[in-house]
Amino acid sequence: MSAQTFTLGRAIRLFLLSFGALIFLAPYIFMISTAGKAQSDIFSSSLSLIPQHWSYIANFTKALTRVSMTTLLWNGVVVCALIFVFQVMIAIPCAYAMAKLKFRAARLMMVLVMLGLLVPIHATALPLYVAFDRMAVLNSYFALVAPFTISVFGIFLFLQFFRAIPDDLIHAARLDGMSELGIIGRVIVPNAWPAITAFAIFSVVAHWNDLYWPLIVISNQTYATPPLGLLYFRAAEAGDDYGALMAATLIITFPLVAAFLLAQKRFVEGITMTGLKG
Amino acid sequence: MSALSLRGIHKSFSANQILKGVSLDAGENEFIALVGPSGCGKSTLLRILAGLESADGGEIVVGDRDLSPVPAADRNIAMVFQSYALYPHLTAAQNIAVPLVMRNLTRLQRLPLVGPLMPGQRKAIANIKREVRDMAASLKIDHLIDRKPGQMSGGQRQRVALGRAMVRRPAVFLMDEPLSNLDANLRVHARGEIVELHRRAGVPTIYVTHDQAEALSMADRVAVMIGGSLLQLASPQVIYDDPQHVEVAKFIGQPRINLFASQAAPDGTVAFGDIRLRSAEKLTPGTPVTIGIRPEFVAVNRNGQHGLPARIDRVEFLGSEIILYCRLDAIGETVIAKLSPAEGTGLAVGMSVRLEFAPDRLFVFAENGRRLPSFPMSADVALETANG
Amino acid sequence: MAEVIAIPSSFGKATTRSAAERHESRTGWLLSMPAIVLLFMFILVPVAAVILMSFTDYELGYTGFKWVGFDNYADLVTNRTFRRSLWNTTVYTAIVAPVSIFMALGLAMLIESEGIGRSFFRTAYFLPVASLLVAMATVWQYLFHPTIGPVNALLRLADIEGPNWLGASSYVLYGLSIIGVWQSVGFNLVLFLAGLTAIPRELYAAAHVDGARSAFDRFRLVTWPMLGPTTLFVTTISVINAVKVFETVKTLTEGGPNKASEVLLFTIYQEGFVYLRVGYASAMTVVFLIILVILMFLQYRIQDRQVHYT
Repeated sequence: MSAQTFTLGRAIRLFLLSFGALIFLAPYIFMISTAGKAQSDIFSSSLSLIPQHWSYIANFTKALTRVSMTTLLWNGVVVCALIFVFQVMIAIPCAYAMAKLKFRAARLMMVLVMLGLLVPIHATALPLYVAFDRMAVLNSYFALVAPFTISVFGIFLFLQFFRAIPDDLIHAARLDGMSELGIIGRVIVPNAWPAITAFAIFSVVAHWNDLYWPLIVISNQTYATPPLGLLYFRAAEAGDDYGALMAATLIITFPLVAAFLLAQKRFVEGITMTGLKG
Repeated sequence: MSALSLRGIHKSFSANQILKGVSLDAGENEFIALVGPSGCGKSTLLRILAGLESADGGEIVVGDRDLSPVPAADRNIAMVFQSYALYPHLTAAQNIAVPLVMRNLTRLQRLPLVGPLMPGQRKAIANIKREVRDMAASLKIDHLIDRKPGQMSGGQRQRVALGRAMVRRPAVFLMDEPLSNLDANLRVHARGEIVELHRRAGVPTIYVTHDQAEALSMADRVAVMIGGSLLQLASPQVIYDDPQHVEVAKFIGQPRINLFASQAAPDGTVAFGDIRLRSAEKLTPGTPVTIGIRPEFVAVNRNGQHGLPARIDRVEFLGSEIILYCRLDAIGETVIAKLSPAEGTGLAVGMSVRLEFAPDRLFVFAENGRRLPSFPMSADVALETANG
Repeated sequence: MAEVIAIPSSFGKATTRSAAERHESRTGWLLSMPAIVLLFMFILVPVAAVILMSFTDYELGYTGFKWVGFDNYADLVTNRTFRRSLWNTTVYTAIVAPVSIFMALGLAMLIESEGIGRSFFRTAYFLPVASLLVAMATVWQYLFHPTIGPVNALLRLADIEGPNWLGASSYVLYGLSIIGVWQSVGFNLVLFLAGLTAIPRELYAAAHVDGARSAFDRFRLVTWPMLGPTTLFVTTISVINAVKVFETVKTLTEGGPNKASEVLLFTIYQEGFVYLRVGYASAMTVVFLIILVILMFLQYRIQDRQVHYT
């Protein structure tokens, strides 16, 4: 049907798709171009993409010195990694118990999970903030990570996945003498990699990009995550040095975009899986 | 005059030749089963006929009109799909009504909201409803009419699919393995029903299947397709008793026909044990040929002197018949024999027996697979030829 | 006789089974205990606390509080900022959700029917989903800059004087909406693509044979109904995400100019974490939660009635 004939309809289709793609990619193109422009270039010729005075080094130096980019990125990595590890360690045993063990709380848990799916961090932020303030744990990794250690969505996703694992496999493992923890470690987890990767992508994208909670609990640069750090940087630059601002933006956007470009297929699979089941 | 004819249909997917010039004629009311192993191109042929795929070359003539350039929607050819392809969001009645709605209502009449305002729409819809009800009644699915496909059994879905195909009185009726999703019992029952429906509809029908029992039991004529070519098109009995190609002989018949490689003797005849066959065509000595015989024409001789000595390898008791797997002592080839239970009593693995072959049931095939017409020579005639 | 034998044996079975059951139940409890504890600690108790606090005049930094009944809610009804904020959120959602859904559906069908460039196009449209929104918002701020921004520079080429996209109160919501659409199309697109691939090819073949001549007929007969579940899900997610708009507002406009881009989460954030009026902000949060509950409830209802075919 495709690939052989070049009809008018097909030309229109390709034009629409390419034009749309160009618009969607335009912010990235301008980001890369502006990050290399000197202040004078930015003000004189906003439509030319090639900088007249190459200022990549100057802009990147500014971006790297005003705010400690490495600290920001490091914080981002630490926070996302901690959140993900806790989420998985807590959600998998729970989902396994709900899917494969008979116990009275399983049904109650299901109700709680469905309720929990409704509640975003924005709804629980106030009391958590008050509590953290009382406990004097604001401005810490603990404050950034703790509320997300429980992922109701993770439990839900793993539950769906584990239900599809045949009971016979678990019975066989029990007959082979494995404990329940052994079954989780040696039977369930190795079979659940697709679900775990999908959840990893979902979790990392969500928490790497989250601004709301870090903005509330963090008030200094030591623990700032990438989005928060960028806010500080904007404040420090008073917003008008677009060259440096774009350089900083580029640095901060780069890790996740690069990860996406490298593992696109996984990303798309992950989003599809978490999306359609969530 | 034929109601449907295909002439030299070609189709390739990239370098892969799927159909190598297939020609076929079907008469009014004729039920043709298109049978072949999977990948032989039979489904592609059906899809080309329906207009879902375009052929690289060839003609499709229905009545006396060449349909090749006509899109599927305008061909008036109905099709029952292997998965039934019922629209899951529509009820049985709505599914059956789709072809009528698409044909009998104008584009504007079909629109929601605007449609009911168009002149004539109400009358057209009333007609459609009546036709759908009649069709459902004749298929005995009136009680299912408001159910969706998800709430029906496989057999019920199959009837709805048949109803959807028949309701618009198509010029040609195509079926793509419509019974393959039913369980074994239902399948045998449904065969009779489809044949009956075909008789009532009176439209040429092409029925694709990979199941030879279905093809032989249902069709007026069976078309055997192998490797993109139509090897034989004939009545079920002729296909079975008189295969024109070694592949046809191999594909049709259960258990499989016995085949032996051989070559023409110096006098141009073909010898098999003490049987000699003369071909209608003159064979040069040494020409490789294949000899075939169906298992039911192999007889077991327990203690006589006639026949080829063999040992029994395996005995399968199937109730109404016994299948025997024997190894010929002379050439080590396996021969399958089909016996009645009475003939087979007392036979056991390891026994030595003699196998006799019905001389007038031996087929000779040329190296290219073509059947060579042949007849057996009586012993004295054979002697004469040898001497003379 | 048989009964006599059956009774003791079934007794024996019952006791051993219940021991196994007890063990299984205990394991179940143990495995799900951490999740249950955290679920209470970080979700259920805080939600209860928000509801309770919404009936108090609690402010952070002050000791003690008074129960004020429904005063906070009564106040919200007349609070102009809050009403403005609800209205702005509604407008934003009414633009972003439908546009991003239909744009994604259209693009997904174009990509699906086009043989070449499939993965390139998918990547291009999906890239914004994987990008840090705060960072990309900064880029958009530059693009939208009234004097040096490329958007208005382009418009100037066509002799149109572009507006101050993020600085004029009559345009700021549209500016933010454009960013919102840009950011969410890719996500919807990927879901629609998955939905389209899942439609059995034979249904389209059947539609052809049944006489659906035009692409539009086949869309109505097959594509649209078969995409029903995907569309419903995409719609729910899009609406909820639009209601939760915060990052772009916080980064680019701080609710301004003149409260023209005040949105629900931003108002809650300001009240609760900047002015520290926790009780009052809690009442707003409860309103926000009720909106989410209504949206989810609608989704379940429609799902049960309409789009499930089996």
